[in-house]
Amino acid sequence: MTDLNTTGAAPGPRKKTSLMVQDARTKKRNAAEKRFRLYGVLAIGIAVLALVTLLASVLINGSSAFRQTFITMDIYLDPAKLDKKGTGAIEDIAKVSTFGYAPLIQQAFETVFEKDNIGVEGMTPKTAAELISPEGSAQLRRYVLANPEEIGDTVSFDFLAGGRIDGYFKGRVTMASAELDSNVTPEQLQLADQLKDAGVLRTKFNWDFLTNADASENRPEAAGLGVAIIGSLYMMMVVLVLALPIGVAASIYLEEFAPKNRWTDIIEVNIANLAAVPSIVFGILGLAIFINFAGLPKSAPIVGGLVLTLMTLPTIIIATRASLKSVPPSIRSAALGIGASKMQTVFHHVLPLALPGILTGTILGLAQALGETAPLLLIGMVAFVRDFPGAPPEGLFDPAAALPVQVYNWTQRADPAFVERAQGAIITLLVFLLIMNTVAIILRRRFERRW
Amino acid sequence: MSAGLVFLIVVLIAFAGFVVGRRRALATAGGDPRKLHSLPGYYGQTVFIFAAAPALLLLVVWMLAQPFYVENRTSGLIDTADIAAGSSRDLVMADVRRISGGIDTLVAIGGQSEADIATMDAQEVDVRKLLAGVGVALGSDVNRSVFEAAKSYRGTTDTMNLIRTVLVIIASLAGAAYAYTRINPEYRARNVSEYAIKLLLIACSSIAILTTVGIVLSLVFETYHFFQLYPAKDFFFSMTWNPQFRGGSDLGILPLLWGTLYVSFIALLFAVPIGLMAAIYTAEYASPLVRSFVKPAIEVLAGIPTIVYGLFALVTVGPLLRDYFAQPLGLGNSSSSVMTAGVVMGIMLIPFVSSLSDDVINAVPQAMRDGSSGLGATHSETVRKVILPAALPGIVGAILLAASRAIGETMIVVLGAGAAAKISANPFEAMTTITVKIVSQLTGDTEFASPETLVAFALGLSLFVVTLGLNIIALVIVRKYREQYE
Repeated sequence: MTDLNTTGAAPGPRKKTSLMVQDARTKKRNAAEKRFRLYGVLAIGIAVLALVTLLASVLINGSSAFRQTFITMDIYLDPAKLDKKGTGAIEDIAKVSTFGYAPLIQQAFETVFEKDNIGVEGMTPKTAAELISPEGSAQLRRYVLANPEEIGDTVSFDFLAGGRIDGYFKGRVTMASAELDSNVTPEQLQLADQLKDAGVLRTKFNWDFLTNADASENRPEAAGLGVAIIGSLYMMMVVLVLALPIGVAASIYLEEFAPKNRWTDIIEVNIANLAAVPSIVFGILGLAIFINFAGLPKSAPIVGGLVLTLMTLPTIIIATRASLKSVPPSIRSAALGIGASKMQTVFHHVLPLALPGILTGTILGLAQALGETAPLLLIGMVAFVRDFPGAPPEGLFDPAAALPVQVYNWTQRADPAFVERAQGAIITLLVFLLIMNTVAIILRRRFERRW
Repeated sequence: MSAGLVFLIVVLIAFAGFVVGRRRALATAGGDPRKLHSLPGYYGQTVFIFAAAPALLLLVVWMLAQPFYVENRTSGLIDTADIAAGSSRDLVMADVRRISGGIDTLVAIGGQSEADIATMDAQEVDVRKLLAGVGVALGSDVNRSVFEAAKSYRGTTDTMNLIRTVLVIIASLAGAAYAYTRINPEYRARNVSEYAIKLLLIACSSIAILTTVGIVLSLVFETYHFFQLYPAKDFFFSMTWNPQFRGGSDLGILPLLWGTLYVSFIALLFAVPIGLMAAIYTAEYASPLVRSFVKPAIEVLAGIPTIVYGLFALVTVGPLLRDYFAQPLGLGNSSSSVMTAGVVMGIMLIPFVSSLSDDVINAVPQAMRDGSSGLGATHSETVRKVILPAALPGIVGAILLAASRAIGETMIVVLGAGAAAKISANPFEAMTTITVKIVSQLTGDTEFASPETLVAFALGLSLFVVTLGLNIIALVIVRKYREQYE
């Protein structure tokens, strides 16, 4: 053993250092440490900022979709126009088309002009009536057909204002842009201002946005989410009814009964991979198998539900297995010890204890399915659907829309008013997701047991 | 009788069987359940299972097989002369099915009797007009042989439905009777019923495999069709994508692949550093309080549907990038661009990278941190020189998973990246991806004979293979890494 000091280099004269004073290298290292921390804070800052911007952009742009400009008018239901024969028979009244109701609205404008002494130069009642959405005469006609006995009376109606007028009060349309627009004139906007001062025109909360069906390209003001919400609801019903039992049964088998063999291995790898297959591939599957091969109708909630079921299964299986795994083996041993069969142990003891976790996983899976868009595009849910689907089970085969697809649909239209609607639809979608996630969290908090 | 009604009847028989079986079990034991092998309910269950399972199985198989049988029988009735040029026997069969459905409505609401229909001759009566009257629109006039085929189709279907109903109900009753006669106190009813339930569980867990098989089969089958119409060499190596619905289109995957990879690359460039740093900070530095706020906030990003991101790209990010970057720099005027889609997709991927990395960083044993600190390393040095190298395989796995997400993502690129298929290095130009083209080729009215539609399946297969490959590699890496420290 040699002495290190004799073989190694002799220690040079040491610089005098103090622990109190940091040398350059320590400073550098500490600076690097600070920088590194800063990067971390920055990264989180960017992530949170992105989240906030995303939500704010949706909320700011979309909340106006829930408010709509209405024009309140007293309409004289003129018997001379609506019931020419004077018989009062519903068949005769039904012969008057939507077009035939337009003069009534023009007449009402004339009355308003005289009574409130408003009007813009060069403005005839006919051009003034264009302030009201084309939906207005349809609304009138529906009312008259439902209440034919009121012909001859004067009834007050809340009409939707046209999309451009509505956009004017939401800042989307200006006098300058109206100059260039063939759908609206600056004079009409001036008249709208006067009507607002007279209290005829108001902006208020628009329930129709949630209950109406979709509307055609040129009347964004009447478009609503009703069919989409029903369609999404139907699909969620299908997913719940199919995915929950199948998913739970599959997890029970894999977790409690499956022997360790190649078949089980294949199933496990399969489930892991299915969870990561791009959603659009499921759309192709739905198109090829359910629509082309099995001959199910396009745009139907049943097909959407089936596709989403296949997509949600892995999520539910993974959650259920985790939940079953968390039930301690002592429960199983105790049940087996007093003579229960394996099946009885699982169904009478393990499953009830795992239920909260299973439900939480299911709700999260449903939430994921609710927001899924791409596969639904391929199975024809983009179709323009005006009619509400019937009651289930037959209604599951009727054409319907879905919330996220409706959003996509509206972004593809020319009128910017539809983008506002799309943002409003997103808010609705997010509210549903928020509710589902909250329920899941509450379930987890209330019922989850720590063993 | 409709299939739904038959199903209900079978279920009713099964329920009745349950009650009767239970009662009989008790009766054979003289009313003393202790003398039975199993609880009385299990005897009821065996009857239920024997009544329902074989009958319902028969029903399902029958429903799958019947259309093939009926179509085989009827398609022979159509005169070859009645198949118009450019049409095919399959298309005429579709008409036959519609006409047969139309006859049903005619009888139901059109006021025709069955006898009228039987004697009706398509030569003398304008069937098309008649059917249009009850709301069944046909594309062409109805020939005699087609109409006869439709009548035969309808007749055969009705007969087969009747046979089906009778057979299924007989099967159900026979099953119930068989199980009923087997009931005696020694009968191991519980074992039988539990075996059946286990079979059901196995069947359910096999659905995952069936799904995969369905995906692979449908993709491969249609892709094979596509390659018969369009040369595979052109698909894989052509640099142009230009579908023409009149035929003669160029369907090269390369521009789409380029767009896909470019968008994914930008997304990862954005998501990986941010996600990784966020994971390191939450795992190593953050106090429990900060952690409890930051982690859920990042996870919220993962719960937001992709259509929301898509709209965000379309309405907010796209115009922003165009007005403040692309136009001042003179790089383009399009609000939908690779950059738009890439950045928004990057935001979407942050939680994938961060939560997976968080897991692997937490899995690094504490002893390694302590050792590093004990040698005098600062915290950041420990992270960079000890923890990250140790966690590297897991992080690579996380990045690969994120990449597979990015490649398969649809809505963000549909709304954010544009539809023009081109190969360009400028990130502010609109390009398109595989998923966008799958959507655009398959939405709307599609006809499944043209290469322009079938190409979507070939694209889907390519997508499936690529993402599957990435996933498998990622899973293998992550699994290997886990074993290292367990």
